[in-house]
Amino acid sequence: MTAPIETTGAAAQAQPEAVLQGVETKRIEGRSLGRIALLRFRRDKVAVVGAIVVILLIAIAALSRPIQALLGLDPDAPQQSLIDPNTTLPKGDMGGMSLDHPLGVDPKFGRDLLARVLEGSWVSLIVAFGATLLSVAIGTVMGVIAGFYRGRVDAVISRLMDVFLAFPLLLFAIAISASLQGGAFGLTGLPLHLSVLIFVIGFFNWPYMGRIVRAQTLSLREREFVDAARGMGARGPFILFRELLPNLVGPIVVYSTLLIPSNILFEAALSFLGVGIQPPQASWGGMLNQAVKYYEVDPQYMLVPGIAIFVTVLAFNLLGDGLRDALDPRSR
Amino acid sequence: MTETTDDESQNTPADGPGDAASPAASDAEPLLRVRGLMRHFPITKGLLKRQVGAVQAVDGIDFDVYPGETLGVVGESGCGKSTMGRLITRLDEPTGGSIEFEGKDITHLSTGRLRPMRRDVQMIFQDPYGSLNPRHTIGGIIGTPFRLQGVEPEGGVKKEVQRLLELVGLSPEHYNRYPHEFSGGQRQRIGIARALALKPKLVVADEPVSALDVSIQAQVVNLMDDLQDELGLTYVIIAHDLSVIRHVSDRIAVMYLGKIVELSDRASLYASPLHPYTKALLSAVPVPDPKRRTERDRILLKGDVPSPINPPSGCRFRTRCWKATEVCTTTEPPLVALRTGHQVACHHPEPVTGEPAAAGGAGGKESTGGHA
Repeated sequence: MTAPIETTGAAAQAQPEAVLQGVETKRIEGRSLGRIALLRFRRDKVAVVGAIVVILLIAIAALSRPIQALLGLDPDAPQQSLIDPNTTLPKGDMGGMSLDHPLGVDPKFGRDLLARVLEGSWVSLIVAFGATLLSVAIGTVMGVIAGFYRGRVDAVISRLMDVFLAFPLLLFAIAISASLQGGAFGLTGLPLHLSVLIFVIGFFNWPYMGRIVRAQTLSLREREFVDAARGMGARGPFILFRELLPNLVGPIVVYSTLLIPSNILFEAALSFLGVGIQPPQASWGGMLNQAVKYYEVDPQYMLVPGIAIFVTVLAFNLLGDGLRDALDPRSR
Repeated sequence: MTETTDDESQNTPADGPGDAASPAASDAEPLLRVRGLMRHFPITKGLLKRQVGAVQAVDGIDFDVYPGETLGVVGESGCGKSTMGRLITRLDEPTGGSIEFEGKDITHLSTGRLRPMRRDVQMIFQDPYGSLNPRHTIGGIIGTPFRLQGVEPEGGVKKEVQRLLELVGLSPEHYNRYPHEFSGGQRQRIGIARALALKPKLVVADEPVSALDVSIQAQVVNLMDDLQDELGLTYVIIAHDLSVIRHVSDRIAVMYLGKIVELSDRASLYASPLHPYTKALLSAVPVPDPKRRTERDRILLKGDVPSPINPPSGCRFRTRCWKATEVCTTTEPPLVALRTGHQVACHHPEPVTGEPAAAGGAGGKESTGGHA
């Protein structure tokens, strides 16, 4: 009944319990949790659609300028010939839709809406990704430290997170954007606005990430494999990076994906309020801001950036939910 | 009081022929020497973390572990046996007493200074699902001790890991697999392979088989037995299952509420327990034979184990003991040897009758000669 101990025996002569696959010569390859998650993800059709849309959106945003050039469109070129001078509305039906301008043009200036939505896509995504990256970086470090060292360290970091969550973020964003309008840190114009948005959104969202990571770390550090590592002489950093962090990747990826759409919305909201991306640079929030004045006479103008935001946010949320189900099936 | 125990056990004249099964009788140097070991978990209250009490999980225990033997530790849930295991592997720091490993005091060593000792003392964990990191391959898990201790085995880590896998009855082909692809019994074998990687001298196993099916329990227990013979290991096996303990142990310590109440070689303990608690425990072991079942009295203990926050005065077992008298409430009984290699902490021990060797042969269900 016991294991055969003679080590000289032929390989793979283990007892039946140990032999899951036949004693074939083919190499047994382990399936990692990541591969299993991928298989599980692929069965989730809705999430796959979300992922495809997200990949498309990222491709479009990354190639936004070349696509504009290819189509011969310019998001900033006013075309007064397309505007009815009496009403300042685009000539023609449906907000001036035509073969030349598939989504129409905006009122007052006659700029092409397709070009402006394309231009806004990279602005939205770069702010959303940048801010998410910042939140995740700060949140993961703070969360892991709080959860791993517990005690006083945890108390300080947790209260800090409470302070950040209680902060009137919108007012702060408006104030900081307004005061930095003239230029700061050697930056002006678009780079400045992008950096300010990324900083404001990212820096004030990290506690959400921090709390999730902290909670996960607290539960993971009590698992026996951490004791096992300590029993072999592992120190703090080894346990943190080799034992805990690989187990934290799943939740971090999931919540980053869910943080992106909320950051897109936040960027749009700030631009809508006039403290984000400044005109004439196209951005989805900024377009909505302008469209508000025309929604009764030219609803098309509002629909274009609105649908862009809607589709993007929905796709990221579907992807995030799918990832959560695939990476952490217990949380269903 | 506890300090004198060891002296007493050595000074007590052996009333009979020396018991070969008891290493305590030999004059070998103990591998592990534990004296007055204590672990109190503080209970704090309020914002200022004022200490209002302590859970006295382990409250002054003494024992020695000799090279090559297996010390079994039994007791009810919450009696402190797991805490004791974490203390002697120094996963936790004692609040009192001392632990000596190979004559070196390791009671309060820092993580860094403990490192060399970690090679010689390894632990097998209770939960085969929790003790293996789900993100690492089996090869990575069993190879970790080499990496942490900076040991480069002959022929490389991979080859050594595959040898270890074979040693515990798994296929070397499993090197690239992940823990979730294995059954509980296989995972426990992986845990054993990891514990044995650095050729430790002492292996502490905390409930090594209690999470496994009974059929698998036997496999794992026998594997541990064979490995002990082959590699000359010393075990401290913690369990609540008396039949497992009986099967694997040379000597047995019975714990109750943070104290060792009886410490004896196996034959003597099972044949004639001296402490009422041990007697009650043994009487609770199910007997598979209905004819024999009627022959013996089952002792049913009344009530629950008292709280370790506020243990009873004197003898801790007195609240549930049918023999308790006045002296039990006032004086704590010291652990003294009443027979060669049989220590007990009780004011009213069972009468010492016969010689353990003879009695053990008569009453043993399993062959007592199984342990050479």
